[in-house]
Amino acid sequence: MRLRKIVWGSALAAAVLTIGIAAPAEAQSKSIQIKGSDTMVNLGQSWAEAFNRKHPGVNIAVTGGGSGTGLTALIGGTCDIAESSRSIEPKEIEKANSKGIAPKEFLVAMDGIAIVVHPKNPIKNLTIDQLREIFLGNIANWKTIGGANKPIVLLSREFNSGTHIFFKEHVLRRGNAKGPEEFSPGALLMPSSQAIADEVAGNENAVGYYGMGYISAKQKVIAVSKDAKSPFIEPTMPNVKSKAYPISRPLFLYTNGEPKGVIKDFVDFVFSPEGQDLVKKIDFVPIK
Amino acid sequence: MRLRAAKEFVIEKLIFLSGIASIVFVALIFIFLLKEGISLFKTIAPGDFLSGRLWYPISDPPKLGILPLILGSLLVTAGAIVLAVPLGIASAFYIAEIAPRRLRDILKSLIEILSAIPSVVLGFIGMITLVPFIKKFFNLPTGLTALSGAIMLAFMALPTIISISEDAINAVPREYKEGAIALGSTHWQTLYRVVIHGALPGVIAAAMLGIGRVFGETMAVMMVTGNAAVIPKGLMQPVRTLTATIAAEMGEAVRGSEHYYALFAIGIVLFIISFAINFTADLFLNRGRKR
Repeated sequence: MRLRKIVWGSALAAAVLTIGIAAPAEAQSKSIQIKGSDTMVNLGQSWAEAFNRKHPGVNIAVTGGGSGTGLTALIGGTCDIAESSRSIEPKEIEKANSKGIAPKEFLVAMDGIAIVVHPKNPIKNLTIDQLREIFLGNIANWKTIGGANKPIVLLSREFNSGTHIFFKEHVLRRGNAKGPEEFSPGALLMPSSQAIADEVAGNENAVGYYGMGYISAKQKVIAVSKDAKSPFIEPTMPNVKSKAYPISRPLFLYTNGEPKGVIKDFVDFVFSPEGQDLVKKIDFVPIK
Repeated sequence: MRLRAAKEFVIEKLIFLSGIASIVFVALIFIFLLKEGISLFKTIAPGDFLSGRLWYPISDPPKLGILPLILGSLLVTAGAIVLAVPLGIASAFYIAEIAPRRLRDILKSLIEILSAIPSVVLGFIGMITLVPFIKKFFNLPTGLTALSGAIMLAFMALPTIISISEDAINAVPREYKEGAIALGSTHWQTLYRVVIHGALPGVIAAAMLGIGRVFGETMAVMMVTGNAAVIPKGLMQPVRTLTATIAAEMGEAVRGSEHYYALFAIGIVLFIISFAINFTADLFLNRGRKR
């Protein structure tokens, strides 16, 4: 009886020891934490899946939360790669340097921010100035810009979204990042791009914005012109690549310093023809 | 003998530690909240923070006024309570006094299941079913309104209100009821002249605890209220609550920024309000016991 206990006990201890020793080594070399932009979550996920088919031993976790969340995690050392739909801010670089982290930027794709309305909405074209007035809350009825006599319901993303910040700086503030303009306080702040897509699909008063990857047949895409004299342009792949579509932005990966080991393999994969092909499949614009 | 005394001593102390552990945790949490939140008031006066009407936390300089958020939370809570309290109390009376035994058991276990549904699931169901319905039914610009939030929260408060009210009703001494019936009262007269008076403190406490549950709820509210930080003019408008603000923004806030401290200050406000609600509930519960 006693002997049995001892045997079991030592077996258990051995098992615990092995796991304890093996696990950290495994975690260091064979797992990648990717975190950040909600816009890029699906892209990151499909990269991870394809990468996994080639390197089956690597454990990749992709999570969203917003570009700021990802960069904060990179600075805090809780992720290996941050996905971001805006470039890192000087403040964040400072913060990172003070913690011994050196963010390295990779431009991996381009994205057009689509303006979407309900398919029944008669509006087809808008200028940047009209968009600006709408999201500032100065135009509050579709009638003003030639639509039905109905109130405009503004859908925006939460404060932690790179898309929110990009739209504010490039549409509301016309590229002046420190301008005084803000989203109308009446704008609904939706927790995800999908939530905006769902609300637009079911609400003929709504107008929202999100990365072109979320466009589907349930929403109508508005063609945008940069001023009254320019042509109205739709957010299609060639138009974003040629920068003809006025609300386009770069998508980045950030790593801590020059990537090494599996992280380097992953970044190389992203730039490979296969990785860039996936960019196209998720409806973003490849850069190569 | 000595050994036994020592053993008793150790066990006693261990139990004492477990007993005060939760108090220590509450105190630590409050100290932490205070420590982080108070830093905000170096740059902005508490009055401006509480009565400011604009919430643009990531602008430069940030505008940190939480009046719309406080009013949003209060409005959604009030709406939920108006819906849930009468329904919950009536339901408790039915279960405790009227329902046949077998039905009572079924109802009680179903209500327990209702309380076990995670709030994110309720929120998701609300977003898909309730929000479009509210929009259509009231012909509103959008269904993401305070009313949708209030209805979802009423669902969440019901189990608390029902089970605590029911306990209070069951605690009314049997002699009261027997006396009333012996004097010729009908069942209904007994209920609303006698039983309700005996159970009143407990029922009020149930309502207060329901309010506490609703006030602190986050996920479901965030999904159905639209989160627009405007001063609400009615239930048919989008609102942003204190809890949803913390949940939506804490992930992004840069540690040590004003925004970060402001979210902790919101935490203090929430803590104080919840504490006041629970404290009131306790007063009523104790009054009920003494009588």
